Amino acid sequence: MLTPGRHLVLGNIALAEGALRAGCRFFAGYPITPANEIAHYMSQELPKVGGYYVQMEDELASMAAVIGASWAGAKAMTATSGPGFSLMQENISYAYMTETPCVVVDVQRSGPSTGQATMPSQQDVYQARYGAHGDYEAVALTPWSVQEMFDLAVKAFNLAERLRMPIILLADGMIGHMSEKLIVPEEVEAEERRRPRGPECTPFDTDDPSLVPEMPIFGEGYELLVTGSAHRPSGRRDYTPKYLQRKIWRIREKVLRAEPEIRDVVEHELEDAEVAVISYGASARPSYGAVREARSKGLKAGMLRLRTLWPFPEEVISKLAEAVEEIIVVEMNMGKIVREVERVVCGRCRVSLVSKVGGVLPTSGEVYNAIRRAVR
Amino acid sequence: MSVKPLSYYRERYIRFQPSPFCPGCGNGTILNCFVRAVDELGIPQKQVLCVSGIGCSAWIPSPNFRGDTLHTTHGRAIAFATGAKVYNPDLYTVVFTGDGDGAGIGGNHLIHAARRNIDITVILVNNLSYAMTGGQIAPTTFHGLRTTTSPYGNPEHPFDLVKLVAAAGATYVARWTTYHVVELTRSIKEALKHRGFSFIEVLSQCPTQQRRLFGFRDPMRRLPSRIVEMFAESTYIRDRPLKESYLYALPRGKPDEALKAVKDALKGLKASARLVDHITYGRVVRVDSEDLEAVSERLSNLSAVERLVDALKGKIELGVFVREHRPEFTESLRMLIERAGGMR
Repeated sequence: MLTPGRHLVLGNIALAEGALRAGCRFFAGYPITPANEIAHYMSQELPKVGGYYVQMEDELASMAAVIGASWAGAKAMTATSGPGFSLMQENISYAYMTETPCVVVDVQRSGPSTGQATMPSQQDVYQARYGAHGDYEAVALTPWSVQEMFDLAVKAFNLAERLRMPIILLADGMIGHMSEKLIVPEEVEAEERRRPRGPECTPFDTDDPSLVPEMPIFGEGYELLVTGSAHRPSGRRDYTPKYLQRKIWRIREKVLRAEPEIRDVVEHELEDAEVAVISYGASARPSYGAVREARSKGLKAGMLRLRTLWPFPEEVISKLAEAVEEIIVVEMNMGKIVREVERVVCGRCRVSLVSKVGGVLPTSGEVYNAIRRAVR
Repeated sequence: MSVKPLSYYRERYIRFQPSPFCPGCGNGTILNCFVRAVDELGIPQKQVLCVSGIGCSAWIPSPNFRGDTLHTTHGRAIAFATGAKVYNPDLYTVVFTGDGDGAGIGGNHLIHAARRNIDITVILVNNLSYAMTGGQIAPTTFHGLRTTTSPYGNPEHPFDLVKLVAAAGATYVARWTTYHVVELTRSIKEALKHRGFSFIEVLSQCPTQQRRLFGFRDPMRRLPSRIVEMFAESTYIRDRPLKESYLYALPRGKPDEALKAVKDALKGLKASARLVDHITYGRVVRVDSEDLEAVSERLSNLSAVERLVDALKGKIELGVFVREHRPEFTESLRMLIERAGGMR
């Protein structure tokens, strides 16, 4: 592990370091560019802290092993990119259903399909939200720097344990493969799993206002019934409508109730802004440059950077819609988050899009031009 | 085997009654053998983790077995089990899977787990078809058999799962049927004690779907015993000398007419003939005699008999095929921790 203090490291290494510091002790994965350095670092560092790195035969198996390890008591993670993320979706759905804490990293690359394997994109933002089958509420975090790869990895593990669900860490090939300053803190705050204290436990429902049940683990005599089929609070398979209705309501509601604490946005010069740029991850970097350029030229531009993409920070964006003339969404896809913004804004201000595909970042010039057009 | 009443096992190991299986299903027999094996070894129940995928076989442990159960996605049980076993090697981790679940959609996990030699026991229930979903072709369905997706006969060939898993590196490999409950229970005990990847294929009856598969027209209540008897007839145990002397006469036309013709032809010889079900040749005349040469001579030109086949031809070999030792995966992982200077 890295010593506390300043380091110059790759984004993927920072992410893996954050995971280790948050208590990750099990990693299962399958090689894929541009996420490989996470696996390299985990295979090197996990044994040093008594953890396990397992290279599985494919991504389906990786996700499955992560869930199995989590029920055995591990803080567990896998890391992949778009194609592998697609293969994991069935078991991610299983993790939502069985309320299994784990972290899934998608270092997004440029698709569709094999696309440009070595180049970044933000094309998986809907896959992170809607990729798995069934009804659920997703949590996805989007780091924009090497430091945030570390910080949000810690946060992802803590949210996974707090909410008892898979958390998607949605990085991209740009941030993953970029070297930058990382400050490793002396200590990180790592949340521990809420385990039952007594011999009795209802693993799949609770009266607690958080709606997150305590989680027992295998081998402790709880005679656990964990199943992806609809089940009673005890875990026993039961297709009676009321059980699944309650389950779906609860796995959504537990996220929505926690939304204010999951919410994570960074505002920049929005106080008097007439034009707001909304971006996240790598594309937020040129956007930030463009806003600074605009300000230096006297244009009233500001920026809202989303570090939590899902659940979508509707309240923040709704307020922003009341305050500005135009919102410009900058993203490395053909326009995905812009639809969410339009849905929330609902005609209260103009919404436009700076979109870039082909494995390249939008330039700050392109964003700046959009700001200029919007001000006029 | 110790003699304990069924109620003992039921109260101690079975969570819910009645079972969800169709009448006559082989799954209850397999669960029975499993809990007896666990009981005889004296393994603490809280140390047993049963992992299963999707299909009828997945319901053997979940929700029936009173212990930790993980009922997962289709084909992936072994991969889930790998994660749990790696993180907590003290768990006796047993995967219940089927031929579709384990050898079809999950075939890749099966061979890779065997290759790693991870200390997991896989009990693969082979009913020769996708039974839960309605009897479609499985990777174990014999060539030519009729299923709901091969109405004109199966154009594919089946896996020999024992050979497949042995070649992949499993260190304990066995095959039994639901007829061989004593041998199966003993094998499960050996597999649970074995340090490494252990695999037991169990040929099992599915009265619901195999009715079509084998073209049996009997009423439902007679099917289970007829299929199990066919398993007994159509298998032999390796390294065990054949006690009886017999051959099969394959009928050219209707089996009962062939039986009559065979009986007539054998008059005066010390021989007995009866109709049996053979998994490869269908309904055939079995002739038992100490003098098979004389039997062959009498039957060779019989028009009602298409041809004669030897006792062991077209049969499935049972027994323990592999019993080896090489470094086990979770032990190797713990050695890595030592090498890296880490502590658990």
